[in-house]
Amino acid sequence: MFASALIVFRESLEAALFIGIVAAATRDLAGRTRWIVTGAAEGLLGSLLLAASMEQVSGMAGGGGQDVLNAAFLSMALAMLAWHCIWITTHAREMVQQARNVGSQAHHQGQALWAIAIAVGVCVLREGAETVLFISGIAASAQSGWQVLLAGAGLGLLAGLGMGLLIYLGLTRIKVHYVFAVSNAFLLLLAGSLASQLAKVLTQADLVGVGSEALWDTSGALPEDSPPGMLLHALLGYDASPSALQLGFYLGAIAFIWLASRRVRAGLAPQGRPA
Amino acid sequence: MKTLKNLLLVPLAALSATLAFPGHAADTELQLVIKNHQFQPAEIKGPAAQKLRIQVHNQDSTPEEFESHSLKREKIIPGGAKATILVGPLKPGRYEFFGEFNPATAKGTLVIE
Repeated sequence: MFASALIVFRESLEAALFIGIVAAATRDLAGRTRWIVTGAAEGLLGSLLLAASMEQVSGMAGGGGQDVLNAAFLSMALAMLAWHCIWITTHAREMVQQARNVGSQAHHQGQALWAIAIAVGVCVLREGAETVLFISGIAASAQSGWQVLLAGAGLGLLAGLGMGLLIYLGLTRIKVHYVFAVSNAFLLLLAGSLASQLAKVLTQADLVGVGSEALWDTSGALPEDSPPGMLLHALLGYDASPSALQLGFYLGAIAFIWLASRRVRAGLAPQGRPA
Repeated sequence: MKTLKNLLLVPLAALSATLAFPGHAADTELQLVIKNHQFQPAEIKGPAAQKLRIQVHNQDSTPEEFESHSLKREKIIPGGAKATILVGPLKPGRYEFFGEFNPATAKGTLVIE
């Protein structure tokens, strides 16, 4: 029971933390709940479809179908998250100018939340498909005590969702003045994490042949499949033995979003001095 | 006559190998079966400094996820399906892998020597 709880906990944790952070980062935007719920619901629906067609997907692209699809999903989530991060830095200033251009802000807002809804949907889809396959495997195997395993899976799911709720409550308790900076920093780390996972998938699929050697190995001190390792993996993209490609993608994504945000902010600053 | 035959056969064999596994003609193949949520054999051996293709045949009716932290691979293998996991070139050593959906029973090691 504990084993199945842990497996489902790990799968649901990543998506739940993603949603919790995104929900906190967008909490003052109109209609954000609807966008996030829609994204998550479509992700769930997609994960059922993906789980059901896993056999066909696996056979595509000469047996590399899963990797190609994973790379596409990760790229899409990363692009959407990056776009949102860059856009949201302009939001603080827009809030100040709200009185002057309410109309254009509402317009931008709709676009940005569309991006975040896709990012949420893709995250739920990736983690959800694995969970669906795991649970359907338990239910189909009819091995003794499958009810207990299923109950464990349910507990794991609840625990994962609970962690998402916890980070949301934690982030929204931060003083209004800092909540924007803190939740945006978390979004940046999530983007780095997605980029690192993308690098891993590209190596696995043999699409990129360079930088695949592990730079270091901290699996002895902090294994990735231990609860703190899982938490750090989901929050910061912790990898016990990252490859050079993963580290490069991780830092590259964060640097790109940070620099792009600065440029956009500088371009918007009426005084001409970047904030 | 024999030399002529060899001259013809060698490129033909090479060609057919290339067609069967484009770009991986020289890779070493290792076979692995999943049965009753266990890897058979539980230990496979492969050469160092080479690309390896691990062919996994999941003979159970339920899906399994081949996962390895040290090899940095994870791949879902549906029930009854086959999958290929490309690894390497690797340094000599022991690389543990497991079935994520049945981690208590599905354990294996790739020994590189």
